[in-house]
Amino acid sequence: MEKMAETIFDIRGIRVTFDTPDGAVEAVRGVDMHVKAGETVAVVGESGSGKSQIMMAAMGLLASNGRAEGSVTYRGQELVGLPREKLNRIRGAKITMIFQEPMTSLDPLYTIERQISEPLRVHGGLSAAAARKRALELLKLVHIPDPERRLKSYPHELSGGQRQRVMIAMALANDPDLLIADEPTTALDVTIQAEILGLLAELQRKLGMAILFITHDLTIVEAFADRVYVMQHGKVVEEGATEQIFNRPAQDYTKMLLAAEPEGHKPPVPKSAPILLDAHKVSVTFSARGGLFSAGFALKAVQDVTLSLRAGQTVGIVGESGSGKSTLGRALLQLLPSEGRVVYQGVPIQGFSRAAMRPYRRNLQMVFQDPYGSLSPRMTVGEIITEGLLVHEPGLSAGQRVEQAMEALKEVGLDPAMRNRFPHEFSGGQRQRIAIARAVVLKPTVIVLDEPTSALDRSVQKQIITLLRRIQQSHNLSFIFISHDLAVVKALADYTIVMKSGQVVEEGLTDEVFERPRSDYTRDLMEAAFDLKSVLNRQAEARV
Amino acid sequence: MLGYVVRRLLGAIPTLFIIITLAFFLMRIAPGGPFDQERALEAKVLENLNRVFHLDRPVWEQYLYYLGNLARGDLGPSFIYRDFSVQQLLANGLPVSIQLGGMALLVALLAGSVLGTIAALRQNSWIDYSVTAVATFGITVPNFVVAPLLSLIFGVWLSMLPAGGWGGGSPQNMVLPVITLALPQVAIVARLIRGSMIEALRSDHVRTARAYGLPARMIVGVHALRAACLPAVSYLGPAAAALLTGSVVVETIFGLPGIGRYFVQGALNRDYTLVMGTVIIIAVFVVIFNLIVDLLYAALDPRVRYD
Repeated sequence: MEKMAETIFDIRGIRVTFDTPDGAVEAVRGVDMHVKAGETVAVVGESGSGKSQIMMAAMGLLASNGRAEGSVTYRGQELVGLPREKLNRIRGAKITMIFQEPMTSLDPLYTIERQISEPLRVHGGLSAAAARKRALELLKLVHIPDPERRLKSYPHELSGGQRQRVMIAMALANDPDLLIADEPTTALDVTIQAEILGLLAELQRKLGMAILFITHDLTIVEAFADRVYVMQHGKVVEEGATEQIFNRPAQDYTKMLLAAEPEGHKPPVPKSAPILLDAHKVSVTFSARGGLFSAGFALKAVQDVTLSLRAGQTVGIVGESGSGKSTLGRALLQLLPSEGRVVYQGVPIQGFSRAAMRPYRRNLQMVFQDPYGSLSPRMTVGEIITEGLLVHEPGLSAGQRVEQAMEALKEVGLDPAMRNRFPHEFSGGQRQRIAIARAVVLKPTVIVLDEPTSALDRSVQKQIITLLRRIQQSHNLSFIFISHDLAVVKALADYTIVMKSGQVVEEGLTDEVFERPRSDYTRDLMEAAFDLKSVLNRQAEARV
Repeated sequence: MLGYVVRRLLGAIPTLFIIITLAFFLMRIAPGGPFDQERALEAKVLENLNRVFHLDRPVWEQYLYYLGNLARGDLGPSFIYRDFSVQQLLANGLPVSIQLGGMALLVALLAGSVLGTIAALRQNSWIDYSVTAVATFGITVPNFVVAPLLSLIFGVWLSMLPAGGWGGGSPQNMVLPVITLALPQVAIVARLIRGSMIEALRSDHVRTARAYGLPARMIVGVHALRAACLPAVSYLGPAAAALLTGSVVVETIFGLPGIGRYFVQGALNRDYTLVMGTVIIIAVFVVIFNLIVDLLYAALDPRVRYD
């Protein structure tokens, strides 16, 4: 069948260049790609590989400093350089797109009905009433619960998964030939990701459009795509049928992406290891005090969580967004008000004021998820790393501080000469190394790592994991490792706690939790993360 | 929503009370009194005047007396405009100020958003630069320069429009004062809209609208402009309160019978009741326009809730 189908989307020698103050930057350097009718094609590459920019160029969505050269044709019609009026007859009707961030991709100020109706009315010339009817059908098609009511909802009233379903409904409104999905599940939890992928597969069977799926995560396309393009540095490095790419990858880069699953395993610490941090029934409640005329509310973000962290141990805390895992991490370090009891090396630090906590801060460090937001853009790397020493070791001379900063930079695998540069000159992975250096320089005993690898590409993730493992061993550090990414936790933690809705649903030695999960929730999480194929197959069977 | 409005208005009562109290005592701290003149009045006359206006009583008693009258809706007699009560003065002047201010506000909103939008759509073109230049001009040149210039050019040299006067509120008489009042506001609104429009046009949901082939007028008029309005709305609340309560400069230069000049004249002459009256009017306008801004905000942005 694949041989018979005609090519509907044909990209020839596309180049995308951005004019920047530092000169022209070539993001895409001559790429050929094609999609046949009804086919599912995946474009895989890490951040900066230019995979999204190809589609932006094709759809006339490049930023104003971007230029596209080359050719993109849809059923023989050239799209590059096509006047906007003509392009507008194709985009939104024949070719539609869904994006990574369903929250920001929908207009927060208009109802779902209005947003689905607009392309229907513009392209199909439907009346308001007809568009409404079609919008309702579409919401049913993408399995949104309570679709009549949802028509009147605004994006912020929906969950992330529902918003992406709304985007898909919009994309399907005019019966497109081709749906371009740009990282549609990257911002979603694994279980929701499985649902959205299942939905796309189902809709494709039903409606027969072609799908061009852009992702950084090669592993999720196996169950999903017919053909795969692997991109690196603005070029296609390998192309082939999914089965061939997965079983007989020819290029090293492809092999690296396939093997990107974090590796390693941490043996449990002996029972005799002393307990450093002991938390008993920790709860965090977010509340808004009621006003004179309005009722207050209270949200239990963390409920009665008990955990202990031994010397040299890594306790992994996994959970989906909103499970309270980050809040717990902050509560343990007394960074937000909580109830319960937290003891650090025999001292009950629960409820300590900022001043009372200060002597303990150097021992209890934290590394955050976003390496862009957590480093001050106006300080040099050296200043960032040594700032903590100013507080905790005021006796050091400036020269000694610089020495320690250089030591710390070396330890995290960065050139000490880089200490006079600013954070924006570094990549995401390098910034995360700087954040780790900032924690390590204080010689702490416990580091709470809050999703330290989540904003990074898989290949960079691997390096950070190796680094964390190494500094843990050399300093006998204890980690609390918070992540939604089960694969990373599996590789790093020796004890795992699974959280849902603020509560612990399961805990145990990492091997036991991963090999023999006891709760249904953990099992669902594991399957969605490690065995997407069977989740999708089961979904497909259930719908037939 | 009605409940919210009532709550907000009730909540404004203590605010107004504090403003009135502060203004009352601050006025009394200032040296001098309403009947001090170049040539001192005869002691007997002054004593009589003070008795008639209760100025011979202790200040706290006068304060209570004023509050009592205020509660009955009586703002008291003006000390300087001898034959008028403060109510009468405000009732005559306020409609003039509101008409001028309201029109200036409308001009500012329309011209400002059109200019700001055009500048944003043609970012870094000569149009953008000229809008920015005009806006800077509008903000930096003070109204006491603009008003006489306009009056001179259009009133005296070209004789197209009256150089001043109210003329019973005829449209010709309003043009120049409205332009003078609106100019800096147009400039500020244009700059605000330009900035937020550029941001809105770069947002993901505008990219979605483009990707779905919506025509440019819908992308700009429906999706970008509504988001871009929000900062301008929050600016225009306090600005409206200031515009509608008159401008002493514009009223003096064009010879208009608004209430803006009462504030300055009243303060200079220690006309206690007149100053109190103007303070109350301005405070009420500020309260009302802040409420209107919050309601508008909620109407424009569904994520904003009343509570």
